[in-house]
Amino acid sequence: MATPAALTGNLPPRSASRVLYDRLRGGDEIAYLLTLACTVATLLIVVFLIGELWFRSQAAIKAFGLSFLFSSTWNPNGDQFGALPFIYGTCITSFLALLIAVPFGVASAIFLSEMAPPLLSNIFTFLIELLAAVPSVIYGLLGVFILVPIIRLNLVPLLKHTLGFLPLFKGSTFGFSFLSAGLVLSVMIMPFIVSVSREVLLAVPVEQREAALALGATKWETTWQIVLPNAKTGILGSIFLALARALGETMAVTMVIGNTPVISASLLSPGYSIAAVIANEFAEANGALYVSSLIFLGLVLFGLTIVINAIARIFIVMTSRRFG
Amino acid sequence: MLELPWGQKGSMKLSKAAGSRTTVVSAFALLAIGAGVPLQAQVSLTGAGATFPAPIYQKWFSDYQSIGNAQINYQPNGSGGGIKAVTEGVTDFGASDMPLTDEQLSAYQSKHGFKVLLFPTVLGAVVPTYNLPSVKQPLNFTPAALAGIFMGTITKWNDPAIAGANKGVSLPNLDINVAHRSDASGTTFVFTDYLSKVSPEWVQKVGKANTSVQWPAGIGGKGNDGVSGIVKQQEGAIGYVELIYAVKNKLAYGNVQNSSNEFVTASLSSVTAAAAGAAKSIPDDFRVSITNAPGKGAYPISTFTWLLIPSKIPDNAKKTALVGFVKWAITKGQDEVEALDYAKLPSSVVTKETKAVSLIR
Repeated sequence: MATPAALTGNLPPRSASRVLYDRLRGGDEIAYLLTLACTVATLLIVVFLIGELWFRSQAAIKAFGLSFLFSSTWNPNGDQFGALPFIYGTCITSFLALLIAVPFGVASAIFLSEMAPPLLSNIFTFLIELLAAVPSVIYGLLGVFILVPIIRLNLVPLLKHTLGFLPLFKGSTFGFSFLSAGLVLSVMIMPFIVSVSREVLLAVPVEQREAALALGATKWETTWQIVLPNAKTGILGSIFLALARALGETMAVTMVIGNTPVISASLLSPGYSIAAVIANEFAEANGALYVSSLIFLGLVLFGLTIVINAIARIFIVMTSRRFG
Repeated sequence: MLELPWGQKGSMKLSKAAGSRTTVVSAFALLAIGAGVPLQAQVSLTGAGATFPAPIYQKWFSDYQSIGNAQINYQPNGSGGGIKAVTEGVTDFGASDMPLTDEQLSAYQSKHGFKVLLFPTVLGAVVPTYNLPSVKQPLNFTPAALAGIFMGTITKWNDPAIAGANKGVSLPNLDINVAHRSDASGTTFVFTDYLSKVSPEWVQKVGKANTSVQWPAGIGGKGNDGVSGIVKQQEGAIGYVELIYAVKNKLAYGNVQNSSNEFVTASLSSVTAAAAGAAKSIPDDFRVSITNAPGKGAYPISTFTWLLIPSKIPDNAKKTALVGFVKWAITKGQDEVEALDYAKLPSSVVTKETKAVSLIR
């Protein structure tokens, strides 16, 4: 960057340039241009990404069109490709992960921000955030060697014994299943929910709490009726962040989901996810339509993320109108 | 195996750094001994492809560096990746566990105006591995039994199709859980190539050989370790892995019945026997599948692995280095392969290849 001294040295002493110099020295113009450039660059990446996915998936789009989304055949030998089992697997595992991680995560965040002594809270938060730094392949390995056997040998017999009449828990028991993938994902996304939600809860002004307590509310009433509603939008934001992570997670999911493109109501059935099939098959895919179909799947995942995010946002707007 | 783009970049950087370091070191060495040998620039070659022969290739390339004064970088990013890389001209050569199809060959020809040649380097095999703690001796598998198991039509270990070939073995009344590769792989290609040769029903239901197919039964594991992980954990599971992988990890694997009706254990010698059986009729372009090969003692799920080299290399130094490498690898280099559990090329194939490699212009 040019220093003010260099600028004045290079410019003839004219009033217009003097004005420009003064404006630049304030930093507003430079900051505006710099931040704008960074934003545009980031947006360009998104545009480029969509464009590239779109052009490279043309062969598959031409061959299958929208039926790609509703066909459940994935047969590289017959050049027949359909995305439904993968879309289903991605949605089910992500939903399952949220179902487990949201109550746990939000409860932990409430404890850490409202109940725990500050020192303990900081130590616990640090440890929980460490979970986010663990590479996903490690989660996958732990899933394969610890979680999957536990599920197959302990959890499945228990579920079958108690809830076996539900279609959710019928069928074969490999251990590699939607349930395993959902559980591994829930552990992976938990730190996002805890960490962000805690920050948001801590950001609620102390005056709000003091006012509630002064009016005779208990600690829990203050937390439940004053702090949580204030932090609701932020907590939902943390959940979206976690959801985005769950939708796109590849390695850990492919290691425990069983990699079988089937649609089954049973959570104990093996399945497949979009990210997993792309990672598995892209490197060795032979045939133009095969490669193109895999890229089309990438586009579908992109679209799915947008749709789910949009639904979530509409949901926020609706709930905040009703309760806000 | 899957190698992500950023992984490749990382390892490329590393190998480049390593390369320049060796050049510097050897320059110093020359200065120190004051040798009168003119300091020749090292030829640098890049290749990409099959993961299965990667360990022996890495060893060969590092040995050949001093012999041929050539530095060869190899990215093991899968057979499909190797075919793509050489076709698009990104690398100097490719490597593949499956022979190129006619379409792939003509795609190369129309893009470059000359051919791409295939050179077998070593041999490998695929074995059925299973988890039956109560069964101590290796099981015998007939082609029909293997096809039936992987099609999901044989579902119990004590099925007559399996028991018939294993007289005297008490097989448990246990469900068979099939594990297959979820990633597209040369290993799957070889295994399905075999199944499609021995079972018309397989062809009808699943189709011809491919790097990935629509499996009628079982669940998918990523890589050899993914498949063996599923098999190890579950009693009654069966999968298929590369012979080297099974040997190194001490997995139980079965014998497979060959076209002479013998039950053969996969081993370096039985794999070479399969190649020798097929070598008599090997075509000039070396594109040959040796699954279910004729001949006594031939293990039926065996395969060559190939280097893919352009028939015309304009850069003379590169051409000399690459041709020299192939000649060295198929002769002297063969002495090193058995230490790494690869099977040697039969001598008749080596003779034929030596002739073919001199045709590179």
